Amino acid sequence: MTEPIVVIVGAGPAGVRAAEALAHAGLRPIVLDEAARPGGQIYRQPPGASGRVSTDIYGFDAKKATAIHRVLSDHTDRIDHRPDTLVWNVFGPKLDLLTADGYREQPFDHLILATGAMDRVLPFPGWTLPGVFTLGGAQVALKAQGVSIGRRVALVGAGPLLPLVTHQYAKAGVSVVAALDVTAFGSKLAQAPRMLASAGTLAKGLWYTARNRLRRLDVRYGVRSIRVEGDGRVEALRWRDAAGHEHRVDCDAVGASFGLRPEAQLADLAGCRFVFDVDARQWMPERSAEGRSSVPGIYLAGDGARIGGADVAELQGRRTALALLEDLGRAVDRRELLRLDRGLARQARFRRALDAAYPYPSHLLDAVGDDEIVCRCEGITVGALRQAAHERDAREINRTKAFTRIGMGRCQGRVCGEAAAELLARACDSDLERVGRLRGQAPVKPIPIVVGSGA
Amino acid sequence: MTERLRVDVAIVGGGIAGCAAAVALREAGLTVALLEKALCGAGASGVNFGGVRQQGRNLAELPLARRARPLWDQLNERLGEDVEFEASGHLKLARSDGETAQLERHARDVAEHGLRLELLGAAALRAELPWLGHDVVGASLCAEDGHANPRLVGPAFARLARRLGADVREHAAVLSAMRGGDEFETRTADLAVHSRYLVNCAGIGAGRIAAAFGEDVPLQPLVPNMLVTEPLPFFISRSIGVCGGGIYLRQIARGNAILGGGGGWGDADSNHSRPLTGSSLAAMANAIAIVPALAGAHVIRSWTGIDGKMPDLIPVIGRSRTTPNLIHAFGFSGHGFQLGPVVGEIIAELVTQGRSVSPLEPFSIDRFANAAPASQPIDVGIEE
Repeated sequence: MTEPIVVIVGAGPAGVRAAEALAHAGLRPIVLDEAARPGGQIYRQPPGASGRVSTDIYGFDAKKATAIHRVLSDHTDRIDHRPDTLVWNVFGPKLDLLTADGYREQPFDHLILATGAMDRVLPFPGWTLPGVFTLGGAQVALKAQGVSIGRRVALVGAGPLLPLVTHQYAKAGVSVVAALDVTAFGSKLAQAPRMLASAGTLAKGLWYTARNRLRRLDVRYGVRSIRVEGDGRVEALRWRDAAGHEHRVDCDAVGASFGLRPEAQLADLAGCRFVFDVDARQWMPERSAEGRSSVPGIYLAGDGARIGGADVAELQGRRTALALLEDLGRAVDRRELLRLDRGLARQARFRRALDAAYPYPSHLLDAVGDDEIVCRCEGITVGALRQAAHERDAREINRTKAFTRIGMGRCQGRVCGEAAAELLARACDSDLERVGRLRGQAPVKPIPIVVGSGA
Repeated sequence: MTERLRVDVAIVGGGIAGCAAAVALREAGLTVALLEKALCGAGASGVNFGGVRQQGRNLAELPLARRARPLWDQLNERLGEDVEFEASGHLKLARSDGETAQLERHARDVAEHGLRLELLGAAALRAELPWLGHDVVGASLCAEDGHANPRLVGPAFARLARRLGADVREHAAVLSAMRGGDEFETRTADLAVHSRYLVNCAGIGAGRIAAAFGEDVPLQPLVPNMLVTEPLPFFISRSIGVCGGGIYLRQIARGNAILGGGGGWGDADSNHSRPLTGSSLAAMANAIAIVPALAGAHVIRSWTGIDGKMPDLIPVIGRSRTTPNLIHAFGFSGHGFQLGPVVGEIIAELVTQGRSVSPLEPFSIDRFANAAPASQPIDVGIEE
């Protein structure tokens, strides 16, 4: 009997732990990853030998990061790790790849998608000015390149990433001139007891907050509005606090994003069924607790299907691999299954509390003016979206895309798609679920026309 | 609960032809209901290349294409919005002496229909378009051809039809159509439309409706394979096709280059379609051969859709041979976009006068019942 071809997309915590479990069961999984070195976004590594110490880069999580990094290099005989490989399409039992050697195909019998997440971006006045980054982008600059996004940096968020990035930037010696959370502090206090489900994570969050406070870097909660000002680049951040008072702070860079969104394009192209999550206000590929998608043979692990964070991703990667092994008829350790399922259930409780602690910042979108750009690739304004909805009957997001070009640029809606759907729902006085989601279309990311494309 | 409608004309299919027919019929004073299975203009009418092209067509289609062409000049005004029509000129490229001879022959043939083509030799071509690849040895230019945005035209016709009083129903898939007494009854899941006339312009779904009236047609799915690049500095000033098909491309004012060639995968029953990687990569390679400067440009999206194709690559347009007051217009075989507005007018003529001023004999539905097809295409040009 020939061994089945098992392919994992993504070498972050979920993909790596899945590969490890499959390798231990005697399979030889193929791990395809867009990055040059494993770790995903959360444990992203500097290129080559940077000489930097992992505790400097990953702080508390240095041990976890190093462990993830080492799994693939410790199993080179049993895990076929292929870095620098973009998976840009999946159709039937075959992946389309772009590698350093050009376009390639990769057939599979079983596929685990561990494609991770990216920042959730919302438009606000000045968000397209040079010098405005996402929080994740600001963090990647620090982790991977050892550089800051600016000298005087203002950070804005609506999730647990904000205190963390604030801490990391301050620790790196950058002047953090403001740390603003657009959600209310009360919602966090209310959820604190439920967050005890993951005491360690809560403690880390509290520690970051305490350290930030020692540096007189209080995160300000309940921020009502933000506006980046500058002539051709970031010069200042103007914001309104919970009491309605205006503030203005000089800065040369802003890191701002509002939670995360799954990078679920490959799941979409693979034909996985999507469901609307009312709390997260996002469409996500359907996934069973064990990691199965709606398509037999295709599995989902980590933030690519539902935001859970790195610890959850590790557990899910392992759990999903065991589900795959079960589907192959292999024996799996029942106690291990029980342990993983308990851990995942505990994490799910923590996550629900965390989601409630950082509710969706609707007030930012309610206030967006017609002149604001929603699709930065194509330069399409919120006013154009509203006009298409009102005058051209574009009440579904793909229709809006067809009429206005929103989501038709280089990012293909990865950046603007969610905000555009939110704004469309408001313009039509409709539910977010009813305006739908942008259909996935290959390529997942831009691919070049090269000589020999057709070879 | 079933809603009942009574109208003069029921139209099945909300592509450009169906929506334009709804407009023309309302202007003729008839009551109209249009049933579209998904969204108007989102099927083959909305996913094609967007070519507004006369040259390279089967000669039987030329009278229709000639009549359609002036309609495009007036379309923005008529529809009340910009559908991005540009008379950029269309170039059909030859890459061999045989193909050059083919272009010369075609230029003589279409001249009889009043269409003037300009034949360009290698030197003249290179002087005007220095960015063309070296494989190209000649071309035929149709200066009045061009392109428009297919995503906009169908929906704009649908909205005009609504403004004129047509009852346009979207997400209304037709489950059955029959004739009893002097009228048709066309049913969706929750609607029964009673009408004196029935118009079948349901694209790939039209075969099923024709069959319901005893007219079996050899309609097959045609699935174009389309790609678009990121915006590039504008330089591809003409819409471009090649003899023999295989690749066609244009660049829009925004800067994106749109390329098509080969076929995708499509399943007409489930209405699902996908681009095929082999076709996409071949189109990229073929595009570089014609326009080398496209090398390195990023493709940001691919798409397909499902059109209906007839064996002789020309449509069925005309009255049913089995059923009074049933009118067909389908099977545009990948090049119906330019014809759409005029087909709407022709449908209205067939309803109101029983005949059209345009010659429709080549498009009769019973041509496959006889031995030989009416005419052969000069090209395997599914280019739109």
